[in-house]
Amino acid sequence: MTETAKLPLSARAVVIGAGIVGNSLVYHLAELGWTELVLLDKGPLPNPGGSTGHASNFIFPVDHSKEMTQLTLDSVRQYREWDVFTESGGIEVARTEARMEELRRRVASAKAWGIEDTRLITPAEVKELVPFVEESVIVGGFYTPSVGIVDSLRFGTIARERAQASGALSVFANTEVLGIEVEQGRVKALRTSRGDIVTEVIVICCGVWSPKIARMAGASIPLTPAVHQMIDVGPVPHFKNTKGVIEFPIVRDMDTNMYERQDGSGLEIGSYAHRPILHDPEEIPSNEEAALSPTEFPFTQDDFTQQMEDALELIPDVLNDESVGIKYAINGLLSLTPDGLPLLGETPEVKGLWSAAAVWVKEGPGVGKAVAEWMTRGESEIDLQSSDIARFYEHQRSREHVRARAAEGFNKTYGIVHPGEQWESNRNVRLSPFYPRERELGARFFEAAGWERPQWYESNAKLLDEYGDRINRREAEWESRWWSPIINAEHLAMRDRAAMFDLTAFCVFDITGPGALETVQKVSMRQMDVAVGKVVYTPVLSPSGTFKSDLTVMRLGDEQFRVVTGGAHGMADLKWYADHRPEDGTASITDLTSAYTTLGLWGPRSREILASLTADDMSHEAFPFATCRTIELGSLRVLASRISYVGELGWELYVPIEQGAKLWDLVWEAGEPHGTVPAGIGVYGTTGRLEKCYRAFGFELDADFDVVEAGMAWGRVKSPDFVGKEAHVWQRESEPAAVLCTLTVDDHTSRSGVKRYPLGREPVLSRSGAPLLDAKRRRSYVTSAGAGPSIGKHILLSYLPPENASVGEELLVEYMGEQYPVVVATNDSTPVFDPENTRVKS
Amino acid sequence: MRILCCVKRVPITGGKMVLTEDEQALQTRHLGFTISPHEECGVEEAVRIVEAGGGEVVVLALGPAEAAEQLRECMALGADRAIHLESEEEWDAQATAGAIVEAIRAEAAPFDLIVFGNESADTGNYQVGIRVAYALSLPVVTGLKGLTLAEGRARCEQEVANGRDIYDVPLPAVVTVKEGLNLPRYPSVPAKLRANRKPVDLKPVVPPAARLQKLRLVVPEGQGKQAEVLGSGPEAAPEVIRVLQKLGVA
Repeated sequence: MTETAKLPLSARAVVIGAGIVGNSLVYHLAELGWTELVLLDKGPLPNPGGSTGHASNFIFPVDHSKEMTQLTLDSVRQYREWDVFTESGGIEVARTEARMEELRRRVASAKAWGIEDTRLITPAEVKELVPFVEESVIVGGFYTPSVGIVDSLRFGTIARERAQASGALSVFANTEVLGIEVEQGRVKALRTSRGDIVTEVIVICCGVWSPKIARMAGASIPLTPAVHQMIDVGPVPHFKNTKGVIEFPIVRDMDTNMYERQDGSGLEIGSYAHRPILHDPEEIPSNEEAALSPTEFPFTQDDFTQQMEDALELIPDVLNDESVGIKYAINGLLSLTPDGLPLLGETPEVKGLWSAAAVWVKEGPGVGKAVAEWMTRGESEIDLQSSDIARFYEHQRSREHVRARAAEGFNKTYGIVHPGEQWESNRNVRLSPFYPRERELGARFFEAAGWERPQWYESNAKLLDEYGDRINRREAEWESRWWSPIINAEHLAMRDRAAMFDLTAFCVFDITGPGALETVQKVSMRQMDVAVGKVVYTPVLSPSGTFKSDLTVMRLGDEQFRVVTGGAHGMADLKWYADHRPEDGTASITDLTSAYTTLGLWGPRSREILASLTADDMSHEAFPFATCRTIELGSLRVLASRISYVGELGWELYVPIEQGAKLWDLVWEAGEPHGTVPAGIGVYGTTGRLEKCYRAFGFELDADFDVVEAGMAWGRVKSPDFVGKEAHVWQRESEPAAVLCTLTVDDHTSRSGVKRYPLGREPVLSRSGAPLLDAKRRRSYVTSAGAGPSIGKHILLSYLPPENASVGEELLVEYMGEQYPVVVATNDSTPVFDPENTRVKS
Repeated sequence: MRILCCVKRVPITGGKMVLTEDEQALQTRHLGFTISPHEECGVEEAVRIVEAGGGEVVVLALGPAEAAEQLRECMALGADRAIHLESEEEWDAQATAGAIVEAIRAEAAPFDLIVFGNESADTGNYQVGIRVAYALSLPVVTGLKGLTLAEGRARCEQEVANGRDIYDVPLPAVVTVKEGLNLPRYPSVPAKLRANRKPVDLKPVVPPAARLQKLRLVVPEGQGKQAEVLGSGPEAAPEVIRVLQKLGVA
């Protein structure tokens, strides 16, 4: 039952690619009630020749990313359910102390995401579990008993055949896609070597071939095929009496970017250590031409020499045995993306054209389920915000960018990647008009949505003397990496005087026309039918009432609304608004991100500074909080918006991008007598924000939590309908299962006496060290962490079960293998600094 | 015992063969390279002889710079050193034999045994071994499926229809061997690493004026993958049994 004879004339949806993702997706679509589904592959079944067919098929569930861990855990659940999972256990071994520290961090991530069975083990314990490991070259290991291997081809076959058996799916192997017909931005039909199918929904699950298929529709799937080298040696005497496929735990030799995994009598040795070897989708041979499968390229021996030396060091007992031969060696192709994450969701270019690509076997079934939910219900249970294909800006889809970042990311597959770590390749793509000034001021640039944005300014080092003991120095190298005490000094100068911020990375778009109000009302949780000149900060909800985004909307006219949102998620927000415009075409959406620059000015002196530049009335009465209007600053007409993300009096100032430098100079000169400083995103995004307990999308706000839990359900529910309203009303009437709290750290001193500062994503535990679990089975973890220079404390945000969410509650946070006492400071949106918000509203 | 094994870098042709536009060569963009199975057996046989009785195995290839990969592979199987006659040109059988003879004469000591594959995996001319033997005035036995050396003589088993012919020749001699002579080993990891440290004598060579002209290549009918999917799961079992019975193995 692998093939149905005749291609149907039309289909509810066509899924291209019968690898782990496509098979899983059709199964879940059928489960969710979709019928008339078609699955195509140009290769034969059950192994059409893509990356699934040569995958090493093992799964380590722990990842620092919550999203990837959730997808992996759901996949393991599905693999287990269909009995294609064999638990073997897995050990990540460390050869260095720096790696041990990283493994401690992995234990913390495991606990934060609810994987309880992991632990650090000694070299002797590693040896006991895997007798062929040479324990003298390692200093320890991170043991996860629930690691295992899967039969991904078998899983795919079961999934596909179940969907077929339900009558919802027909399958066509050896069927080549020739073209995708698009009309007015929507998918109309698919052309194949067996004929055409009329359909409004096409999903590209083509792995390394995906970019080529997307291009047929004028869309882009920014990934590159890349080589992962693997050899298979055997027969291994240690495995002589092995009955199953695997009896020994899989070893990941993290510091050499390699793994060793038993496969019956053989041992697979894989590597992510070699030079990045990237290919083009067009270069991949056809099934017919390929000697093995199309995605198994000839092995390039020279790239593997160092890896053999490294493997020999770790498992000499196996590899020094001359009777153990290299039986098979390939350059297997896999998909790499610019940021290492999958490419899921509807493409922003073409309605009805979906991508489920750059997915590995470990998360395949979870992705299949989540994308099926997204397609059928408009959202998935697991938040896919980091994997949303709409996240990319134009330049990030370019071949050069994709290849540069993929090459840079490849060798970090097992890397120790700092949460603040910056990319080195393809920088300086988007430069704000303030950039030359910032360079002169010694800005340390971090990248945001391709923009170069100051994180702090070295020229502010002089402030360190001014604030002396109020500035925390971090003793541990890890926490001082990608950080500077200058950030805290800039923060204090802002609170004392004023600071200028480069906010050019904001994503800005206008919604205009007779249907503009309807559009913003539909998408935004808060009332948008406000007076012209009002600024509204609003959550954007998913249909089930969790966070899709949070952003600010300015009403600039009866039929003009300007949305301002963070750069990182801006493109996805733009798509979400565009998708919710009325069918009659009465609302237009215009991306103004590259048209406007934004300069932020905040601090007690900011009113005086602006007043010195304008004849407009900047008084509180004339220009109240949460309003915007055009003012004249010198010769510039500036859209000023009085809001704040740092808890100070101040304005966002918008001008056309070519006038940005002039604006900077005006404010700079006017600010100088007031002791104004330039301040970086270290203040804006962390210290200033956290002292005010402002929530951030992707940190506190995601699809796992709702507005009530986030403590943001103030005011009445507006009467017009909006996405997620029904769920939101229900959530308001129910008891929240978790409460977002602000905690402060009581004691930073580690066992070694060095003071340590958690950076976020650590598990929060009871004082007895037990994990905190809420009624929805979510663990408590630190959503954001950072210094609060004005309150002299390190601040953590975390969702806590209601019984733990009382002010004064004493808890622990686990960081790098040690536990530190913390206390709940506030259990609602009340900030720890300036709780009455007098500064913002002064 | 000093043994020379001659090998040739050839593409691995598991899939459909595609020619270059000018039909002068195989499109090798997607292909890996190797030596022929005959030559693998030749190297294995030489290595076993030297492992048992001492001596040296030298492996020789005439080919482009990349042919060094195949020489390293042979050294990973146990050859002690390599001679690389480097040339990017295509050589015919006569010219190849001439270059090999010259290389053999340039050696400090003569070889006791010179081993070739019965024919190359790409052009299949069946000539080079015989031409080399003729030029060196050595006895040659072709198509060997068995080889035993004793007391300065080689007992050679040549496969013929319904049996084997046995030849007994004095050493030094030239033999050309066929797949099935032995079961070649897989290289171990230490052997691979050792191979990287073994010496390669690199000698650039220039082909003499060509006396043969290649007109064009043609891919014969019926090339490419012959796999047929019989079914999947337990339902496929009867069909598999039918095929096995047809093949006479069940």
